[in-house]
Amino acid sequence: MSQEIIIQGPNVEFSQGAEAAHHDHEHHEQHFIWKYIFSQDHKVISKQFLITGMIWAIIGALFSVFFRLQLGFPDSTFPIMEKFLGEWAKGGKLSPEFYYALVTMHGTILVFFVLTAGLSGTFSNLLIPLQIGARDMASPFMNMLSYWFFFIASVFMFVSLFVQTGPASGGWTTYPPLSALKEASLGSGTGMDLWLISMALFVVSSLLGGLNYISTVLNMRTKGMTMTRMPLTIWAFFFTAVLGVLSFPVLFSGLVLLIFDRNFGTSFYLSEIFIGGKALPHIGGSAILYQHLFWFLGHPEVYIIMLPGMGMASEVLATNSRKPIFGYFAMIISLVGITLLAFLVWAHHMFVTGMSPFLGSIFVLLTLLIAVPSAVKVFNWLTTMWKGNLRFTPAMLFAMGFVSMFISGGLTGIFLGNSALDIHLHDTYFVIAHFHIVMGVSAFFGMFAGIYHWFPKLYGRFMNNTLGYIHFFITFVGAYLIFWPMHYEGIAGMPRRYYDYSAWESFKQFQSLNGFISIVAIVVFFTQLLFVMNFFLSIFRGRKLTNKNPWGSTTLEWTTPIHPGHGNWPGEIPEVHRWPYDFKDDGHGKDFIPQTVPLREGEEAH
Amino acid sequence: MSAFITVALIVLVFIIIYQIAKASEYTSIIRGEEKVKAQTNRTIAILLVLVFILGMYGIWVCHNYLVDKLLPVSASVQGDAYDSMFNATLVVTGIVFFATQLVLFYFAFRYQSTEKRTSFFFAHSNKLEILWTTVPAIAMASLVAIGLRNWLNLTSEPPKDAQRIEIVGKQFNWIVRYPGKDGELGKRDFRKIDDANNILGLDWTDKHNMDDIIAQNGELHLVVGKPVQLLIGSRDVIHDVGLAHFRMKMDAVPGIVTTMWFTPKYTTTEMKKITGNSNFVYEISCDQMCGKGHYSMRGTIVVQTPEEYNAWMATQQPYYAGNNPSGAADSSATPAAKTPAAKDSTKATVTMR
Repeated sequence: MSQEIIIQGPNVEFSQGAEAAHHDHEHHEQHFIWKYIFSQDHKVISKQFLITGMIWAIIGALFSVFFRLQLGFPDSTFPIMEKFLGEWAKGGKLSPEFYYALVTMHGTILVFFVLTAGLSGTFSNLLIPLQIGARDMASPFMNMLSYWFFFIASVFMFVSLFVQTGPASGGWTTYPPLSALKEASLGSGTGMDLWLISMALFVVSSLLGGLNYISTVLNMRTKGMTMTRMPLTIWAFFFTAVLGVLSFPVLFSGLVLLIFDRNFGTSFYLSEIFIGGKALPHIGGSAILYQHLFWFLGHPEVYIIMLPGMGMASEVLATNSRKPIFGYFAMIISLVGITLLAFLVWAHHMFVTGMSPFLGSIFVLLTLLIAVPSAVKVFNWLTTMWKGNLRFTPAMLFAMGFVSMFISGGLTGIFLGNSALDIHLHDTYFVIAHFHIVMGVSAFFGMFAGIYHWFPKLYGRFMNNTLGYIHFFITFVGAYLIFWPMHYEGIAGMPRRYYDYSAWESFKQFQSLNGFISIVAIVVFFTQLLFVMNFFLSIFRGRKLTNKNPWGSTTLEWTTPIHPGHGNWPGEIPEVHRWPYDFKDDGHGKDFIPQTVPLREGEEAH
Repeated sequence: MSAFITVALIVLVFIIIYQIAKASEYTSIIRGEEKVKAQTNRTIAILLVLVFILGMYGIWVCHNYLVDKLLPVSASVQGDAYDSMFNATLVVTGIVFFATQLVLFYFAFRYQSTEKRTSFFFAHSNKLEILWTTVPAIAMASLVAIGLRNWLNLTSEPPKDAQRIEIVGKQFNWIVRYPGKDGELGKRDFRKIDDANNILGLDWTDKHNMDDIIAQNGELHLVVGKPVQLLIGSRDVIHDVGLAHFRMKMDAVPGIVTTMWFTPKYTTTEMKKITGNSNFVYEISCDQMCGKGHYSMRGTIVVQTPEEYNAWMATQQPYYAGNNPSGAADSSATPAAKTPAAKDSTKATVTMR
């Protein structure tokens, strides 16, 4: 395997690593556009993904504040909403159409734009080359394209917020016929077309990124970096990419068929429909087909969101416990198990669609099976902390929060994965509580752990710790306050995606609880803004790094300079001699041994 | 103006918090970073324990506050199996929840960094891995076993004497069709739908349709103790028949007939007594996002004694008789003459294909 790569880009062409002339720093001053905008440096692309993701996260979260106001206080008006939303919130009260549009956009934005692109895009890009010892991705150009396809997808989605009939409003899953027929809802007009275009572009972005991550991990590891010496972050990103590459194309095909049904008169998903006062000519399609195609991505998508968090939590927990991750191989095997099973459980979202009950029972079995590798991971994380020497950095707290949330949300999945319970809990607030805790909050905690931990690598400065602690405690407590009571609402059968419950004898008793949840949600929202402020101010005003390995980590990214240039290491790429979790006495008073240190005499490799 | 002041205030508060946080950074440098770090670590460990204890207390408070607001006893025989299975799952997951969260927070406190402590190098143990692979696997296997048994019961063929009633969703209400005296639901075709006088598109050439009774107010009448099979359909988009009190749910998908069956246990009157709520009513909620009126797509169920049910049924008129006063068994309606707008405001003119 070669340690040299040629880095090419418009206006710049230089090779690094082999030539002694490039040892210290780069001599080619790149133009601003090529350095920061159409950059092919994985570190810059990573920042682009992160900041775009953060902007989307604020928009998506703000939407949830708007619809939480409606849910919590259906009888009140909030004139401030009219300032933001204009006609959609006339007199300060959301219209039902726009309420559903907000719910739909909240889901789409957070699932795809923030927790897929913003999370994998940021950390796979940042850490894969740095932790395996590569100068850049296998194809920096494709990597750049991946971001820019995501950017164009973002533009389309953003534009859809401003069309006259509103953005898509059929839920983030956009089930046809609702999403296929303009007569069925306002949001199924232009907004839905833009949604489909945006998502198709998003799939392209995701595939370009994923293929790149896979080939980089397989081909570009530095000398001595065998697969079993890779940090668990890399394993997690690798399987995330595998999941995405194999399942996103299926979503793509589902979306294309939906585009056909909407615009070209085909009947893939449509059959025997009477709407808008007339019977449509479509016969023979199946609305359930879309759900199969959607959830064939939709379920792996959950793990696309979870695995990076798992990887980063493993890394952060081990580093801050000053202890090797427990059961490194078991962690890898459980990742393999989760990845395989992730493809075989999609129909547990469809137990009550009239799907064959026999098929349903197979999916019950496979779904509950996935609890086993998940449990293995949890126990390994807990044992990693056992007899450690725990340093509570904000990153560590978020990694622990990740474990706590993953346990809570994972356990409620055991209810929903069992069809005989799902038949009551399906599409109630129990589902909302379950997936928000496990793939919303938990994944966000993994992301926050990653941001606090690798911020010094991204910007050469620290984020403010005090703000980090405030951020953690309010978010952790707030998330439980929001989602814990929602389980009760779900157990009572309260359906999700309702604009107003006051006409329902069975559900109106939760009104005061909904108000409470909304207030907490608003507090948590502002706390996230505190984080955003901390992030941006720390880029410019944060305490500077004086030591290139501030956390005492063993992995390769901390062997690069504080401000690594394009190419990461000024000289040769270091060689790897040991596994990434040698947190033990190095004989010189330090409690860790970096991967680059050769084995001592008589020392056994892990 | 007030909005501007609010925004300005929020920004101000943020700046103040940031300055305080920044100041704490500087003071920590002045006071000696290592010392401050150790102190912070202790504080955080204590805070984590506090969060855990308060959290457990919060769960208790939350439970007491909400437990009365949950559903009453299951109104269907099948729902009893659901309730006991739910409780079994709750016990299993509850134990795991408390144990693992306790361990997480206990370890955080117990193994917080101190000057003296060094971590114990403990990288793997096959015994432990096997232990916590097999135990969850066994637990899951037993939950799957209970689940599949119940699932097979739920999805089995209904008893022969089950009542068959059709329920059809449309934006945004439920239409119920009873088979009438002959006990058979006649054929229907979506191309024959006419909002004015053939709301479900019944095929008038099918004799079984002549005595079918249609309730457009979304009210479903059932007989207590008698199994009922619902044949579920949709006229437009996907809906879902959600029967929270019966612990049942099934999608209504256009082009497909889905079914579910259950046996009501308590009449509406009995349930009013059980809940102590004189307004109690069994509700049918649409549980699948179906458009802007999704939240208002409400139906009701009236569970009655056989006598009450028969008395009510006797007052119902077949849909055919009400909508074809001339008695002509002609399927095609006369669109222009009707005033469909009165019945369905979303409809323009009726055109048949």
